Amino acid sequence: MKKRISIIATTICIVGGTTIFAQKIKGSDTVLPLSQKEAESFMKTNKSANIIVTGGGSGVGIAALMDGTTDIAMSSRKMKLDEKMKMQDAGRPFKEVIIANDALSVIVNPNNKVSQLTREQLEGIYIGKIKNWKEVGGDDMVIVVYSRESSSGTYEFFKEHVMNKKNYGSTVLNMPATGAIVQSVSQTKGAIGYIGLAYMEKPVKALKVSYDSGKTYIEPSMANAKNQSYPIVRSLYYYYTVADEKTVKPFVDFVLSAEGQKIVVAEGYVPLK
Amino acid sequence: MKARKIKEKIIESILLASSSITSITVLLIVVFLFSQGVSLFGDSTVEKGSVMAVNKNNPVKELTGSQIKEIFDQNVVYWNEIGGKKDTIILFRIDDIGNYYSDEEIGENFEGLSECVSRLVDSIPGILAYFPEKYLSKNFKGKVLPLEKVSLKTLFKGKEWFPSAQPAAQIGAMPLILGTLWVSLGAILLALPLGLATAVYMSDIAHGKVRRVMKPLIELLAGIPSVVYGFFGLIVIVPLVQQVFNLPVGETALSGSIVLGIMALPTIITVSEDAMRNTPRAMKEASLALGATKWQTIYRVVIPCSASGITAGAILGIGRAIGETMAVLMVTGNAAVIPHTILEPVRTIPATIAAELGEAAQGGLHFKALFALGCILFIITLIINLLVESISASNKHKSH
Repeated sequence: MKKRISIIATTICIVGGTTIFAQKIKGSDTVLPLSQKEAESFMKTNKSANIIVTGGGSGVGIAALMDGTTDIAMSSRKMKLDEKMKMQDAGRPFKEVIIANDALSVIVNPNNKVSQLTREQLEGIYIGKIKNWKEVGGDDMVIVVYSRESSSGTYEFFKEHVMNKKNYGSTVLNMPATGAIVQSVSQTKGAIGYIGLAYMEKPVKALKVSYDSGKTYIEPSMANAKNQSYPIVRSLYYYYTVADEKTVKPFVDFVLSAEGQKIVVAEGYVPLK
Repeated sequence: MKARKIKEKIIESILLASSSITSITVLLIVVFLFSQGVSLFGDSTVEKGSVMAVNKNNPVKELTGSQIKEIFDQNVVYWNEIGGKKDTIILFRIDDIGNYYSDEEIGENFEGLSECVSRLVDSIPGILAYFPEKYLSKNFKGKVLPLEKVSLKTLFKGKEWFPSAQPAAQIGAMPLILGTLWVSLGAILLALPLGLATAVYMSDIAHGKVRRVMKPLIELLAGIPSVVYGFFGLIVIVPLVQQVFNLPVGETALSGSIVLGIMALPTIITVSEDAMRNTPRAMKEASLALGATKWQTIYRVVIPCSASGITAGAILGIGRAIGETMAVLMVTGNAAVIPHTILEPVRTIPATIAAELGEAAQGGLHFKALFALGCILFIITLIINLLVESISASNKHKSH
């Protein structure tokens, strides 16, 4: 018993001790796993560095940067105008760095005849105007639309990049995880869903997407995402204040280095170059 | 002698302290829940610190939350659809300011922004502008629309749940309430007969050996994490429901009911079986001695005798079904529509809270709306408990 208490006490000491000198990174849950991996390998090479990564969402990270409770804010979207204004009001000039790109692929059941859709068709399907696959060149079959929960970063991403900021239809099914979407789409004939490009798995089929009303259809692939020809791509950002630049720069440079970008690929995101 | 007395006093006070800590905790949670939930009323569905403005010649006097959503979803595109002139509605968000004015006019630190907004609203007759209140200039040339306040009506009459919709959140709780009730009702209809039958079998019919194996096995069911049930449901029950009923989609209220039914079984079985076994031996033997068969004894003696235990099991089972989050989140599809049959996707209150609370800004409308949902759930559970208890009380009265 005594031994256990002493172990607990020492862990508390260690944890407590490190947090004091740590660099804090906070924000988007999409960027979170990437930042964690980056921080781990950065700390391996720089023994003195201590980086603590926490999630909470892009908005949470940027708010924390405003109050100075984090050193770097991770974000899966560009800082909004009103957030920029608030930073301005708080007298905290900041810098923006794109650390990686993230792409979404639209998936259907492998038995589905349809292999390509335009952005307008996708919008129609997700706002609930297009209800049957025969309207977009498929079999006579009800479309079952899967989306992520509204708390997910990809929910907003898809809404902004594909649905022209319109709201999802009320019959859309919300799934709690990417794995659940893959599972449901693979076992439901009329299903359509979206997942991160890196999560692409065998039991589902990815659709080609056109953003020029059907002139060219682009296949979702790492290569197409990298050269930005695939349209459903977004950038992932780090934000930090100019005042903190000196302390955070080594880590940010590491993420942008060849080694850091290798981790980007390994985590399933699209590297910058 | 004295030492013993002191010891007893100490034990007594420890017991008193623990019971009061428990009651205070419960009370605190309830107070916290309701204080957050009730603060929802009086807020506006449009984000705090933002205004909706139109051109001064626009006859439209006010917009409801659902009208605003329809407009920004571009389902309503002409002002005459909502009582205005025959103009097209031109939407303006603050991010669009760059399309109308140059950076010099806006100013590096946004000094000129409020002036630009005011000029823009004045120059376009069909405009509907949505922007932060602090850019409302003192001599604003447009008309600011009054914002609708959240009331009980918004919560219970609204048919749409889009709490994160911009600019006007939709917080109709009816689809969620009905979804919760449908799933729980289905679960209890499936679990109660099955659970009671198993309990009767185990307490009075099964041999000691069978019982010794079955009882721990069933209790084991209660120890499985709910996520595991959810995943099991998604992979096994959802496709099964889809095939059996030939549906386009297997994530339905029924799938949720089946999973929840399985989850409620151990509680119902264990509690009611314990109650049945506690039937006084003398009563059972008296009944058998009077010439009653085994079944007659079970039906006329054991079950009435253990009615309160069975009720307790049922209440605990329903409680688990109504409050369950993770398993339901995975199998019901979570589409916030008002369900017409049990074979449609539904969204339940606990699943909604679990899925959304993490992202809702603390103290915001979405946050408060989720707490209001928590209050509704609390009240539903309370009503069910009181109902079942009063039924069992009247039964007891009759049997005496």
